Amino acid sequence: MASSMQQANRSLRAPFRERLEDLWKEIKRNRTKYVMVAPFMISFFLFVFLPVVSSIILSFTDFNMLQTPNFVGYRNYVKLLLNDEVFAIAIRNTLLIAFITGPLSYLMCFMLAWLINELSRPLRVFLTVVFYAPSISGNAYLIWKLIFSSDLYGYANSKLIDWGFIQEPILWLQDPKYIIWIVILVQLWLSLGVSFLAFIAGLQNVDRTLYEAGAIDGIKNRWQELWYITLPSMRPQLLFGAVMQITSSFSVGEVSMQLAGFPSVSYAGRTVLTHMIDYGTVRFEMGYASATATLLFLAMIFTNLVVQQLIRKVGQ
Amino acid sequence: MAKGRKLQIRFGSRLNRSIYGDIILFSFLALLGSFSAWPMVFVVNNAFKPLNEILLFPPRLFVRNPTLNNFRDLVSLMSNSWVPLSRYVFNTLLITFLGTLGSVFISSLAAYPLAKFRFPGSRLMSRMIVYSLMFSTAVTGIPSYLIISRLGLLDSYGAILFPTFGTTLGLYLMQNFMGQVPNDLIESATIDGAGDFRIYWSIMMPLARPAWLTLVILQFQGLWGATGGTYIYSEKLKPLSYALSQIVGGGVARTGVAAAVALFMLIVPLTVFVISQSNVIETMATSGIKE
Repeated sequence: MASSMQQANRSLRAPFRERLEDLWKEIKRNRTKYVMVAPFMISFFLFVFLPVVSSIILSFTDFNMLQTPNFVGYRNYVKLLLNDEVFAIAIRNTLLIAFITGPLSYLMCFMLAWLINELSRPLRVFLTVVFYAPSISGNAYLIWKLIFSSDLYGYANSKLIDWGFIQEPILWLQDPKYIIWIVILVQLWLSLGVSFLAFIAGLQNVDRTLYEAGAIDGIKNRWQELWYITLPSMRPQLLFGAVMQITSSFSVGEVSMQLAGFPSVSYAGRTVLTHMIDYGTVRFEMGYASATATLLFLAMIFTNLVVQQLIRKVGQ
Repeated sequence: MAKGRKLQIRFGSRLNRSIYGDIILFSFLALLGSFSAWPMVFVVNNAFKPLNEILLFPPRLFVRNPTLNNFRDLVSLMSNSWVPLSRYVFNTLLITFLGTLGSVFISSLAAYPLAKFRFPGSRLMSRMIVYSLMFSTAVTGIPSYLIISRLGLLDSYGAILFPTFGTTLGLYLMQNFMGQVPNDLIESATIDGAGDFRIYWSIMMPLARPAWLTLVILQFQGLWGATGGTYIYSEKLKPLSYALSQIVGGGVARTGVAAAVALFMLIVPLTVFVISQSNVIETMATSGIKE
């Protein structure tokens, strides 16, 4: 490590030609690493990187899937941010959903993984299956449609009337007051996915002898143990989980479209993602949809940078 | 204080646990568990309901008169299909097996150098991979289609397989776990004369076992449900999930069959999930990664 730092320092001052030679030497020295990375990177470049870059480029055009795209500069962005009232609603909804479901689902994933880790092995496997059930059962969330059905037969309405809280059924999925909160609830219910599994796997990597050492060093309860031993040992998984939860909480769309309809009443269930789907697949304004995607992308990168800084402070 | 410590050790199975904490936490788990278990209970029960119970309104969760009719209907429908059922099953098994195996191997192979070494371009690659996770796939459909078609992969297994090999999620997961392996282990193996591939196979992979077992679940789940969508149009290359979705698409009369299909599509990934989870979760006797 130290020698490569020195090399880097030297190469800053060296003339261009020499720097190029140094670089080439470095590349040759590491050639097996490039061989190992190559199969993935080729596939990644073709099927992930190129599509993303072309979408970003398309966001500066008026591409409509029929005619050759024309370059329009940042017109799409100006229109999105200044002249699109529905997009303003979409941003507000997305931020509300993201700032509630993001942190909550992250905590839920971690706490459940951590609690399950205390149990005996068969019980742990059973509970993991139970908690992962919503993620593995396909579109099982459609059952929420039944619960929040607007007539007397909807479970929520019939129970609330039985218990005397309300006199007549509430239009859960048609009333803009409730739609967003139902989307948030269902999204939370769905949130025990990839991060949950990563946390469970990560807990297996914590060195057990640290706990014994900690008990001797005066750690008194499970919360101290969590903060001083478990969390710092799991920093990579915590970072991974953060990226996953940020991505999923900013890209809520499918649940809203299925439950609240598309478009929803007074756009109450509109999110940035459904806005994008509307322009991309209904109106065929791909340029505009791509601009929306790019903005969402930037918002997620920014949030991620902030969250990564916070996670670095864990256990200190 | 000393007295409290004694009690804790006697009651808890591990250090630093109090019995009251245990009770509160476990009742909390039971409550949440009952909340999230029911889609699975629902799918299982529905598959055994006779048609009149499935269409009952308001719906009832548990089956009253269980029947196998839905499965019988499914089998008879499938045996009438244009392409033999075995072909769909073969396609799905091939795609799922090759895709999962290939993707776990390729992404862990790339994750090792990216997690443990600095070489020209390594940081750029890591950054691109993380950031690409955040770009919405809702708008990348058209460029992806053009690339797959330009590569001549349309209407072949490759249209599903090759993009799976570039899954960024898998690489990022493996990279995070491999980063936890102490550098000393790698250095001493290098001194002993082990090459990069050797270290990858006999040190990194065993230590990152929980990670790649998790990745197996995720990839299997995704590939098992893959329908081939717009990329595969020859009937004989289509996977089982496509054939089943066609049957389900047959309208209200197929409601019973649809319930059977839902159970069938769930049961295989669920089995893989249970097997790999019980391998992820080790007993307390074996400890985690140590220097």
